Amino acid sequence: MSKDIRIKKGLDIKLVGEAEKTTENAIRSNFYSVRPEDFHSIIPKLVAKEGTRVKAGETLFYNKDYEDMKFVSPVSGEVTEIQRGPRRRIDAIKITADKEQDFLDHGTFDASASGEKVKEHLLASGCWPFIKQRPYDIIANPENSPKAIFISGYASAPLAADLDYTLQGKEKELQTAVNALAKLTEGDLHISVGQNGNSPFSGLDNIKIHKVSGPHPSGNVGTLINKIDPVNKGEVVWTVNAQDLVIIGELLLTGKFNAERIIAFAGSSVKKPRYFKTKIGAEVATMIYDNGVEKDGNDRIISGNVLTGKQVAPDGHLDYYNNVITVIPEGDDYEFFGWNKPVFDKISTSRAFTFSWLNPKKKYDLNTNTNGEHRAFVVTGNYEEVFPLDIYPMQILKACMYKDLDEMEALGMYEVAPEDFALTEFICVSKQPHQKIIREGLDLMLKEIG
Amino acid sequence: MGLKQNLHNFKVKNKDKKWIPAFNALFTFLYMPNETTHGGTHVKAADDLKRTMNTVIIALVPCLIFGMFNAGYQHYLALGDIESAKGFLGASFWTWDNLVIGIIKVLPLVIVSYGVGLGVEFLFAIIKGHEVEEGYLVTGMLVPLIVPIDIPLWMLAVAVIFGVVIGKEVFGGTGMNILNPALTIRAFLFFAYPTWMSGDKVWVHGAVERAGTPDAISGETLLGAYAQNNTLAGIDYWDMFWGLIPGSVGETSKFLIIIGGLFLIFTKIGSWRIILSTVIGALVMGLIFNGVVDAGWISETSKFYGLMSVPFWQHLIIGSILFGAVYMATDPVTASQTNKGKWIYGFLIGFISIMIRVFNPAYPEGVFLAILLMNVFAPTIDHYVVQGNVKRRMKRLKAKVA
Repeated sequence: MSKDIRIKKGLDIKLVGEAEKTTENAIRSNFYSVRPEDFHSIIPKLVAKEGTRVKAGETLFYNKDYEDMKFVSPVSGEVTEIQRGPRRRIDAIKITADKEQDFLDHGTFDASASGEKVKEHLLASGCWPFIKQRPYDIIANPENSPKAIFISGYASAPLAADLDYTLQGKEKELQTAVNALAKLTEGDLHISVGQNGNSPFSGLDNIKIHKVSGPHPSGNVGTLINKIDPVNKGEVVWTVNAQDLVIIGELLLTGKFNAERIIAFAGSSVKKPRYFKTKIGAEVATMIYDNGVEKDGNDRIISGNVLTGKQVAPDGHLDYYNNVITVIPEGDDYEFFGWNKPVFDKISTSRAFTFSWLNPKKKYDLNTNTNGEHRAFVVTGNYEEVFPLDIYPMQILKACMYKDLDEMEALGMYEVAPEDFALTEFICVSKQPHQKIIREGLDLMLKEIG
Repeated sequence: MGLKQNLHNFKVKNKDKKWIPAFNALFTFLYMPNETTHGGTHVKAADDLKRTMNTVIIALVPCLIFGMFNAGYQHYLALGDIESAKGFLGASFWTWDNLVIGIIKVLPLVIVSYGVGLGVEFLFAIIKGHEVEEGYLVTGMLVPLIVPIDIPLWMLAVAVIFGVVIGKEVFGGTGMNILNPALTIRAFLFFAYPTWMSGDKVWVHGAVERAGTPDAISGETLLGAYAQNNTLAGIDYWDMFWGLIPGSVGETSKFLIIIGGLFLIFTKIGSWRIILSTVIGALVMGLIFNGVVDAGWISETSKFYGLMSVPFWQHLIIGSILFGAVYMATDPVTASQTNKGKWIYGFLIGFISIMIRVFNPAYPEGVFLAILLMNVFAPTIDHYVVQGNVKRRMKRLKAKVA
């Protein structure tokens, strides 16, 4: 029962600097780093102390609450530094890579093995963190049995990497991965693909394909879940990023944890936006300067897209879950009468002397200015226009702010992740941090209800 | 460049001072701040609260300018100095003499409203240590437009202080208030100084001081006349539509209000749902009353007969129902916040406005009371609308469990 999903509510943020479809091998990064903060709510227990030599796919640390869940090194090399924050929290594990990469052999996987075996194998080989769960938008708890698994094979976010392009030719890995994942759920494996694209997923077996169309967030996995089979209280669904299926698939086929990933390098500050082949945790500086950004430019480098990504320094690293690096200009300047003069060069959903409605196809060069100050919620009804889920966005945000657990639950908190509120945050007239509010709400529920 | 840098340095140097929100409020009017995004989305849409509020003010400006001319026009017309204008572009309306009265009488209202109101806002911002919020920009513009022309300025000042403090700041400032601040101010005036807010003397400049003298002029509004089963001589429907009638300063011109309303709907700042449903609500109530009259249930001697027998569509062009629908009911903070709720909220405002208008001959304009009443009920309406969503979710769960 493949179902076409067509959403009307949403907003395509069209930006300058879309990556051209040519892939280069990035200059090999000498330093890699894995940051435990990428794995929300996990408390790491360190295995690889400073000075240890690790192979690619060898354990760096494990989950303190679930010791079988390993987190592995993306490369082989020497652990040179453990960066710690307050109260000796581990901020980053830095690895100096070897010239010759050496993989830990996890063994080829028997395709007919049971679900339990699959689970053990993924946990031990460091592939488990790629599987996330809802409610709470955290790494999946292996003890649960999800009612279904959802994967978005269509990226609608601004300047996102085109999955049809980056996953080209990986059908074999994808099929192996979905076969294995299908054993972990009693329900189905739902994958969304673009209406017009030529997705590598479309030929796969063992999955339910849904064609999605419409503006962003049509490609968000949260939209897919909400339209197909929303999460009810007491239920769990899992989600996996499409590009991570390749790593899972390759591990099952060859026994090697190969953290290689094709990422888009995009944004208006980039001279020649294009795709790179690189690895998880690679230093951003190895990619961004060659035909990219000015050395001393006033730019913001984002690991991820402009809506949900993390700001990183030039010597920062590609994070565990993203396949885009976006660079846009900083907007730390005052603008004379910026609040009342007609605006032609910024996106807006209103028409209050903002003229982006005149030219819906135009691509914009946005900077990081907030375009106004933080205020209490005032305007109503505008979030609903860009929010396709069957949830009242403003009401659930307010419930999170005043920490009413019953109300959060009743309004659908189990169904959402912070990224679902990226668009409402983008258009918010009061400049409220919606994603942060939702994240804190989810954390509170996780702590109180579990 | 120089000015910007100097102001920036000044801000940085004094950032710990208590009065810095006051400086920032002025600074941000000149320059949009240099704030950048942290965490969350890295880019933001162009709109901010200042722009939103500014759009509403722009929609109000034509009403204000018209109101200034109308102040003089009604004054001279009542004195018999000029001919009636006959149409929107009438020669005796857009004259310098008329505008002078407007400048003398209306401009001080605007200045007092903004001066006092923003003063209170600045004070609270400094006491509470947050930025000055923009909520009063629209309120301060609305207030002069919804009071009678001759109201003493000190009354207005007292009312503004009351309205901003009790109507808004005690709830936590812009975005937290339950009642529309502009209407709170008007309600305060109405109950504290009723002789200045209703009756047949206050609506035309000069009518009060001439009362009882041989030069007495009528300062009555159309509604007041209708309520007493009279009509005002020499006013036809087009005068009502163009706004060449006595009334509160800025609410007489239905034509300009409709233009402003369309502008607000086009810019997506005002909710078309509320505006439309208020109009529908008013028409429905008007039709019901017309039906009652047609059925012969009340006689011509009844004191309700005058307004009840007004053809339903005329309710829209007399009184301030349109002004209320376009500029007051749409205040997003005090209105219903859900789209479905907005329909119900608006409809009831229109419905109750006309009901009050007919059944309260002493003070026939019911719009402001109706909006205040629905402000109070808006959260309740929202509650039931949101419960619909919650119930749907529960049902989904039950269907799964069963």
